[in-house]
Amino acid sequence: MDLVALLAIQVLYAIASLALISVGLAIIFGMMRVINLAHGEFLMLGGYAAIVATNHGSPIWLSMLVVAPVVVGVLGVIVERTIIRFLYGRMIDTMLATWGLSLLLVGLTTAIFGNTTVGISAPLGSIQIGAYRTSAYTLFVIAVAAVVLGAIFAVLRWTRLGVIARGTMQNANMAAALGVNPPRVYAVTFGVGAALSGLAGAVLAPVSGVFPTIGVAYVAKSFITVIGGGAAILSGTVSASALFGTINQIATFVTTPVFGEVALLAAAIVLIRLLPQGITGRFFRRGL
Amino acid sequence: MTINRRTFLKGTAATASAGLFSSSAWADDPIGVASIHDLSGGLDIYGKPMVDAITLAIEETNAAGGLLGRQLKLVNYDTQSNMQLYTQFAQQAALKDKVAVVHGGITSASREVIRPVLDKFKTLYFYNTQYEGGVCDRNQFDTGVTPAQTVEKLVPYAMKKWGKKVYVVAADYNYGQITSQWVKKYVMENGGEVSSIDFFPLDVTNFGPTISKIQAAKPDFVWSALVGGAHISFYRQWAAAGMRASIPMASTTFAVGNEHIVLSPEECNGMLICYNYFQDLKNPVNEAFVASFHKRFGADYPNITELAMGTYQGFRLWAEAVKKAGSVDRLKVIEALETGISIDAPSGKVTIDPPTHHCVLDVHIAEVSDKKLKVLEDFAQQKPADTAAVCNLIKNPNDNQQYVIKI
Repeated sequence: MDLVALLAIQVLYAIASLALISVGLAIIFGMMRVINLAHGEFLMLGGYAAIVATNHGSPIWLSMLVVAPVVVGVLGVIVERTIIRFLYGRMIDTMLATWGLSLLLVGLTTAIFGNTTVGISAPLGSIQIGAYRTSAYTLFVIAVAAVVLGAIFAVLRWTRLGVIARGTMQNANMAAALGVNPPRVYAVTFGVGAALSGLAGAVLAPVSGVFPTIGVAYVAKSFITVIGGGAAILSGTVSASALFGTINQIATFVTTPVFGEVALLAAAIVLIRLLPQGITGRFFRRGL
Repeated sequence: MTINRRTFLKGTAATASAGLFSSSAWADDPIGVASIHDLSGGLDIYGKPMVDAITLAIEETNAAGGLLGRQLKLVNYDTQSNMQLYTQFAQQAALKDKVAVVHGGITSASREVIRPVLDKFKTLYFYNTQYEGGVCDRNQFDTGVTPAQTVEKLVPYAMKKWGKKVYVVAADYNYGQITSQWVKKYVMENGGEVSSIDFFPLDVTNFGPTISKIQAAKPDFVWSALVGGAHISFYRQWAAAGMRASIPMASTTFAVGNEHIVLSPEECNGMLICYNYFQDLKNPVNEAFVASFHKRFGADYPNITELAMGTYQGFRLWAEAVKKAGSVDRLKVIEALETGISIDAPSGKVTIDPPTHHCVLDVHIAEVSDKKLKVLEDFAQQKPADTAAVCNLIKNPNDNQQYVIKI
């Protein structure tokens, strides 16, 4: 019984970490149709920002929840203003540009920090579930994911900024005719997407450690989740993470982490074959 | 300008004389020593101290006048934790640089990749990393410890201290797979049982389900043969789940990459390890070595690792053999080494065992304690019994393979 509870927590944790690493990309890709191949590097930079801030004396919660998103968000705005701004509507070109950006970021980080894994200890200690112990930090990650998704839903649904963003994405010319400034909306949205990626990278840093090429592991999974999710940002990310996270974790528990990854990828292939538009192409179509 | 005969002759004369200058600069060519190690990527934690050690060794030898009156030149290759570069650089070292000896290879996978290359191109090869034993190849000398020297001592010590049920987690390549078989053999010989052996590829960082599985199995202790930067997260997640206090751990790979310094004391105190060299060993040769190492690389150098000492000892053994043979010719040096060359190394006396081309050396069991390694017990002059059981290069000099243990 305790083992079932433990497994349930781990499945939730897998879903939460998948959702966290994908939501930034979902916003950028889902709302602006920009294929951001530097997404993994935003996560990596969020991790480094948190670790550098913590090593310089900042309390770990502040570095993870405030410093990392702010740093990567600002970087996102800069990237949008200098690179992405000229490439809207040109999907292949954004792929090329962001690929070059990702190589640049990896190279810069390697030059500054070196190629060794750095990390910080996970705070919060452990909790007891019957006869088993698990890290309380996994519960924290689940909580952060829930709060982030809830906040995005609240902003998109109930605030003026959310309505403006959604309107600009659907029809930029009409929004401009009604007095909205589309370039500024794009910049803010890209910045927010980048900030969320930074937050995800920072929150996951104590779990796996950070090194310059860790982006590679993240970018594949987040793309799979976003595309599997489909057009809607929130319901797509949530449903795809739920599906893939559950399959991955149960397969890992029954066999080995290798087969867990294989199961996730196999599930993605089957899903795209059956639902080419992603999950929200068919279900939850009117969701956010 | 037009090219006429005069300008042409002037040009060729100039370039030809420039070429003459560069080749006649030294009367004697330096002896090339190649170092092929990972200095970046997930395995750089192992490679950097090894290259530092061989750099120091070569500088010491050159300062003392070189070998056979010639200076030594270090040809350093960084394989970036990438197996393809190992093959490429081994070929380059053998064919382009024509070095006298190659010291290199960290993971057993990299060793098995360059061993046939260096065999084919007849370049002497020293493998200085502790590994799973069994390599039988006249062109190769192994200065690292093997399971019969360390695991055979550490398993009964850990079982006596903690209990008879063991859970093994290992890296998923030849080293992890073979070493876990050795652990199982010694555990069963001492009357224990192995609940499970789990393998993890080198880039896995998610150990959550594994930690739950270990808890479900309720072992008396966990044995870790995990390797590389990504696997350090196992120790982090293990401590984060509060397991460090309840289930103890022993390891054949921990601290080789200075993991005890990267992690905090709460994450790894109490772990048991068994190696040939520890920086705090108390003998005059070691104290002099540590002093000159710190003088060269800074007194704040994290820790001189087992692999760094393996590389240093491997180089010293080769240098002794060259002096004894009076030449850097491969076969003459091999024959000199096969007379059983011995050196007084910082880790104690190290002797080549002629039938196996491995080393007889001291081993010590130590415990991780507040970012330091505390030596608990010493075993003098352990023979490489595991390789000796299957390999005799004096009787079969053409033997050329790695023997794998069968339980």
